[in-house]
Amino acid sequence: MTNYDKVKIVVVGDSGVGKTSAVHLICFNKPLSSPSWTVGVSLEVKLHDYKAGTPQQKPYFIELWDIGGSSSHRNSRSTFFNGVNGVILVHDLGNRKSEANLRKWLKEIFTSKEKDNNHGLGGGGGTSSSHSYMGGDDDDFDPEQFVGSTQIPVFVIGTKQDSLSDGNRLPVHSRASVIAEECGAEEIFMNCLDVKSLSPGSTAAVKICRFFDKVVERRFHREQQQFNSFYDRRKIYPQSTKSYGDDFF
Amino acid sequence: MGLFEDTVIILGSQVVFFFGGWIFFVKQLFKDYEVHHTLVQLIFSITFALSCTLFELIIFEILGYLDSDSRYLHWFIALYCILFMTIGLIPFYIGYNVISNLRLGTGGQRGLSILVWFMYLYMFWKVGDPFPIVSPRHGTFSMEQAVSRVGVIGVTVMALLSGFGAVNYPYTSMALFIRPVKESDIQGVERKLSQTLDMILIKKRRLTLNSRSNKPSSGGFWNWNILSRSDRMDFHVLRDEISSLEELSRHLFLEIVELRNMQERAEWSRTWKGIYFNFLGYFFSLYCLWKIFICTVNIVLDRVGRVDPVTRGLEICVHWMGLEIDVRFWSQHVSFILVGCIVLTSIRGLLLTLTKFFYAISSSKSSNIIVLVLAQIMGMYFVSSVLLMRMNMPSEYRIIITQVLGDLQFSFYHRWFDVIFLVSALSSILFLFLAHKQTPTAHLA
Repeated sequence: MTNYDKVKIVVVGDSGVGKTSAVHLICFNKPLSSPSWTVGVSLEVKLHDYKAGTPQQKPYFIELWDIGGSSSHRNSRSTFFNGVNGVILVHDLGNRKSEANLRKWLKEIFTSKEKDNNHGLGGGGGTSSSHSYMGGDDDDFDPEQFVGSTQIPVFVIGTKQDSLSDGNRLPVHSRASVIAEECGAEEIFMNCLDVKSLSPGSTAAVKICRFFDKVVERRFHREQQQFNSFYDRRKIYPQSTKSYGDDFF
Repeated sequence: MGLFEDTVIILGSQVVFFFGGWIFFVKQLFKDYEVHHTLVQLIFSITFALSCTLFELIIFEILGYLDSDSRYLHWFIALYCILFMTIGLIPFYIGYNVISNLRLGTGGQRGLSILVWFMYLYMFWKVGDPFPIVSPRHGTFSMEQAVSRVGVIGVTVMALLSGFGAVNYPYTSMALFIRPVKESDIQGVERKLSQTLDMILIKKRRLTLNSRSNKPSSGGFWNWNILSRSDRMDFHVLRDEISSLEELSRHLFLEIVELRNMQERAEWSRTWKGIYFNFLGYFFSLYCLWKIFICTVNIVLDRVGRVDPVTRGLEICVHWMGLEIDVRFWSQHVSFILVGCIVLTSIRGLLLTLTKFFYAISSSKSSNIIVLVLAQIMGMYFVSSVLLMRMNMPSEYRIIITQVLGDLQFSFYHRWFDVIFLVSALSSILFLFLAHKQTPTAHLA
């Protein structure tokens, strides 16, 4: 069996927003017919081509850790956040509180990473200024700092788009969620029961591919960057699908 | 004080209770959900306000505050409103919501809900038949009929909750039942869990690689055959292994949750609050045992206490301890305090139980329906606690309840409460005993 490298992405969000359906749609391109409540964590693996369509194309394993969101299991979830390379936040478009609760999720991930850094187990750079976030109020938590200090890419998915277009609620396209703007994350809206939400070539599918590429890059190619002082070509380039431009040298 | 001022006072307090219920709804109950139907919120708050009004009127009765005529009038109004809500409005709205959730087509939703409502009314009527609660003197559609049935359901709920609560409280707060959990135990299980997850990942990776390498060979029938049976068998074998590993991982995760909960309880029991609750727990378990004993005695000897605890307590003070006290004066104040405490603790207890229940079973689709069911239970609960409270008050204050609620067989309700309390307490003891033996920490004790 070929040994491709792997990255770990956790999928978090409130209970019942549709994480399991979203993960199933991303991995298998088929809607999940009978979703049930996730107890603990549900794992899926997707083979993703990093820099697809270029000569440097290389497959990576993307492990999606779909973490059950019930609040009574909060005390046991911290082990799942070890060695996280990317975060997908999921919220329900029909329920604004689930979006507001995403902050609490980021804080949970962040504090468990801090504990890891203190015990010397995890990787990444936790700065000393981040200690003030432990045990503080939810309002004090600043997602921008989180992304900056831990350098973990974040992606936001808004589900149950079909429940919004009933005509009597807010229009979908106008508002991006607050947390996406704060983290500098991309956001997509989808209906997890509809295959067309992620058809190849649609904006949503392209954004997801870019996110996976970003995660792989932060994880693997940044380390190579440290050894590669001359040809520092692999800078974090701006979000653009025209990746072939750089590689003709 | 005339009728007008009294009405203003009562209405003012109702507005306060209404806002209390509203805030409770928004901050506690629905804190993870967005409110799409304000009607649900309104119904909940109105039911809460009406129930609190009933209690308030009892307290006013004891204190002798406000005119007795206006009290009587307001009793009637509040009672009618609550009965209308619990028998009429809320069940209809619940039926309507359930039917629209099931999405049985856009047409006859309203008609179907009216049908469901009639079925509910019929069942509600039938509930009263096996019980000797109404004497044949009353007419068919009188208020006594409605109140008696609401009372039966409410008393059942009350007794179930009290029985379970009386047993559960000592169990959770007494240190006797908390087993020490070592960090190494938890780490052992966590290691097992991460090993299981690693194995799942390995197999899923293999599965993904297999399915990817199989795809390009869509060249036709040839390739599929050559593609070998062993690959397909591999596929099924892998699938089975993965699902059994996933089952194992869920089991291990729940074990970790259980261990951590036990650890948190142990930590909590070492705090001041925990020590205090532990102490109270001993008293409470004694009280619970005494209550079970008294209930059994009541049922076996078929007696219903005629004297309320206030008068009994004062009699003891006067006759046995020889204290010179003015019975009339003190009976008013003591019963006010007693009834006040009972009212406050029962409201608080019910709201906490409702919140816990709601968090445990609600999801974003069913949250509206569950809140309506809870509002209905709350209405019935409070009506029947008024009924049962009659037992705790001296006879001069019982009159208003007897007058307003009509000539019900009150002794029946007390007997019924005793029976259900006994059943509930004994079955929760059994249940907790079994659960205690089954937990992952059983080997530690």
